[in-house]
Amino acid sequence: MTEPLLCEISVTNRKGITFPEPDVPTSPLPQGLVREILPLPEIYEADVVRHFTRLSQLNYAIDTGFYPLGSCTMKYNPKINEETARLPGFAALHPLQPVETVQGALLLMYELQQWLMEISGFAGMTLQPAAGAQGELTGVLIIRAYHADRGDLKRNKILIPDSAHGTNPATSAMSGMIVVEIKSDERGNIDLTALRAQCDDTLAGLMLTNPNTLGLFEENIEQVVKLVHDAGGLVYGDGANMNALLGIARPGDMGIDVMHFNLHKTFSTPHGGGGPGSGPVGVAKHLVDFLPQPVVAIIEDGEEDLPPLYGFINPAKSIGRVKSFHGQFGMMVRAYTYIRMHGAQGLRRISEYAVLNANYLLARLRDTYPVPYDRICMHEFVMEGHFADAPGIRALDIAKRLMDYKFHPPTNYFPLIVHEALMIEPTETESKQTLDAFVDALLNIAAEARANPEILKTAPHDTPYGRLDEVKAAKDLVLCCGVGAFEDD
Amino acid sequence: MFIPHTEREREEMLLAIGLERLEEMFQAVPEQYRFPKLNLPPGLTEMEVASEMDIIAGENESLRDLICFLGAGAYNHYIPAVVDSILRRGEFYTAYTPYQPEISQGTLQAIFDYQSLIGALTGMDVSNASHYDGATAVAEAVTMAVAVFRDKRKKIILSPGLHPHYRQTLRTYNAGSDLILVGDEAGSDLQAGPESLIKHLDQNTALAIVQYPDFLGRIYDYAALAESVHQAGALLAISVNPLSLGLLTPPGDFGADIVTGEGQPLGIPLSFGGPYLGIFATKNEYVRKMAGRIVGESLDNRGQRAYVLTLTSREQHIRREKATSNICTNQGLIALGASVYMSALGKHGLRQVAELCYHKAHYAAEQITKLPGYRLWTDQPYFNEFVLKCPRPVAEINSYLLEEGVLGGYDLSQDYPELENCMLVAVTEMNTREQIDLLVEILEEVSND
Repeated sequence: MTEPLLCEISVTNRKGITFPEPDVPTSPLPQGLVREILPLPEIYEADVVRHFTRLSQLNYAIDTGFYPLGSCTMKYNPKINEETARLPGFAALHPLQPVETVQGALLLMYELQQWLMEISGFAGMTLQPAAGAQGELTGVLIIRAYHADRGDLKRNKILIPDSAHGTNPATSAMSGMIVVEIKSDERGNIDLTALRAQCDDTLAGLMLTNPNTLGLFEENIEQVVKLVHDAGGLVYGDGANMNALLGIARPGDMGIDVMHFNLHKTFSTPHGGGGPGSGPVGVAKHLVDFLPQPVVAIIEDGEEDLPPLYGFINPAKSIGRVKSFHGQFGMMVRAYTYIRMHGAQGLRRISEYAVLNANYLLARLRDTYPVPYDRICMHEFVMEGHFADAPGIRALDIAKRLMDYKFHPPTNYFPLIVHEALMIEPTETESKQTLDAFVDALLNIAAEARANPEILKTAPHDTPYGRLDEVKAAKDLVLCCGVGAFEDD
Repeated sequence: MFIPHTEREREEMLLAIGLERLEEMFQAVPEQYRFPKLNLPPGLTEMEVASEMDIIAGENESLRDLICFLGAGAYNHYIPAVVDSILRRGEFYTAYTPYQPEISQGTLQAIFDYQSLIGALTGMDVSNASHYDGATAVAEAVTMAVAVFRDKRKKIILSPGLHPHYRQTLRTYNAGSDLILVGDEAGSDLQAGPESLIKHLDQNTALAIVQYPDFLGRIYDYAALAESVHQAGALLAISVNPLSLGLLTPPGDFGADIVTGEGQPLGIPLSFGGPYLGIFATKNEYVRKMAGRIVGESLDNRGQRAYVLTLTSREQHIRREKATSNICTNQGLIALGASVYMSALGKHGLRQVAELCYHKAHYAAEQITKLPGYRLWTDQPYFNEFVLKCPRPVAEINSYLLEEGVLGGYDLSQDYPELENCMLVAVTEMNTREQIDLLVEILEEVSND
């Protein structure tokens, strides 16, 4: 049975939550500016709770099962993070309070900046960007500002490997850059010949995901960085895959000039069904002056018994502000809690076990599912979701059938360079039992693909809903209850 | 921490892979970069970190301790318990973006509810599933308007009453573009109303952006401005405080083409500035130019009404460099919080909160302006925030207030040099009459000091 919409459970003149009567004399309302109709629902509180609780039960989530979603790092979200972010000393702070009254919050932001710099090998950090995509935008704007500051105005070309996430080209275009795609070689690395051919004096930079979206560490990283730098370009690192590199390698050490993190991937802040994320950006020394404003800094040094005074500063050549206030602070508290619990050793263990889990799945699946770039992978790998002897079966069918086995499907049809791609990232928080059950499901499905392909084509069967008519959704375009839906009959 | 493997399992797994040690998995990393020593404080158990975080949080003076008259784009409102109770459900907050509709109907239908609520509140046809905040929503409105005119119109008119952070953000987004941004130049007449923007309108204008209530608290009827903007063939965007729409004429009634807003007042904790919620709504005719996620209604193959992300061909993962925006992750959970807030308060509750804010702010203004030396900077109607011209610099007054446990209003001279000694005072339903009277009392002392 489907859950009704809010507009369908609204009853005229039913009241929800009420507030006290005014304790001050009332004033005349502004003439001509008061609305006549407020077409919001009229629902009793318990019905609101039941509506949203029942909706929640239609969701798959990390708290209900395994999410092997490549490039998304769907690790367990520790419950303690939810507690610390809700401490009144954090949650009940106004963003424009005088800095003297928010020293704890500023210390937290300052230390988080420092820790992320230490983890990544960068000289500067902004916590302001709201998500990975906004971090990318920030990074590309910094690259442009750097070239412009040197009077090097013809650099408008960004190179992007063909395995890159779609945000990379979208971000570059949004920043007014021309996007040129670079192909991958047969080992899944950037094709050096193709790269060399594009390294000219219009090169602004290269956007590099390392490990790349095939889950492979860029074996020629040193040559790649050198080619770009020698041509006067900068290297942008997409930090989406940092879960493979904590305590393993620092992008800054390898010559990456600017990189965003995804706190909601690597540092366990929840994905929230589509945000909020958080996308801090780290930069090498020569880019520190271009960071968005403001950044948190020590504005008065401490003395023996006196802690330093934290405050905000504006970098000298800042690209400006990328959002209001200081960023997704609640996400910073969660990430801070997480890093503080791990320390250096704990962080390295995260990446080691994330990579162990991925390689274990790869080892158990490679004989059944084709693996186009078969080498030791990092935290994820890509296999093909099709079989020569079951021609009707596609990656989509395998993905949908996995739901009947109570697993979330892997990322599919990405990266674009792999035919019928299934991209699998287990993360470190999954046990061997879970991974084995997942492998068993995929092996069963491979057998079903030959014996009973129809059961895949029509999957899922054991979920609250079946496959959706996406064409109808886009054609009919019903995007809300309709204006007036909450109004009186 | 959060790694379940036993030693034995690790060995079994390495054996299956054909390796002996974990380190061997990282041969592809050039040796000189491999396994850097990180200088970080040692890890803590949950019990220890809980105590440490308590200490850090305790170093802040929160609004549990301070009486707050500070707003300027983020407001201290009461959040009913039901909001966080729903947001705490792991099925919502630990879910991914709903790309698999068969097992994500909870998130999808909740977004559809959100789109309906935002449409009803703003008087607009369609809403997306959110942007990051009020600032980036305005920046995306610029991008959308430029796309509507296929890059042929280059001028954007900005009201000086648009939040300074929003204006800064849209300038950052458009750095290096050939857009012409006018209307908010230093020295522009702040007392002038929206009609002062009309002189900038021409055939090159893509968009005019105003705020409602504006950053200085004022509320205007924007219908005449909308008409002039449309006569020039351009679009009008209105950035709103959504809570004020519990009382005020919705911007759709003025003829707005785009409505953006900061959704924080709708049940979202202040949380030192985020995560908040970027509201974005428009008319049906522009839906394909709107960025961000959109949920549409459809049917599943069992004939059930069901919801799915739609019009995805606009988005970055399909269109790549041809996409209108790079946004993917948005503020899904915060949008859910706003939906719970709006449905729990409903028609009556939201009107009640909005009226409380209005009456308390007007009471405060009335009492303060009885004091010698204090007056309202403008006669223009306002909602819950007003500009108070003070007898002394705001920074001085605010330090005095803070000593008494009161967080004073925003010092407008930071953004508008001509608004010397001007304080932007915000009052909400959280401010009791006693608190307002205390503010008045201290302000009187300050002026005599």
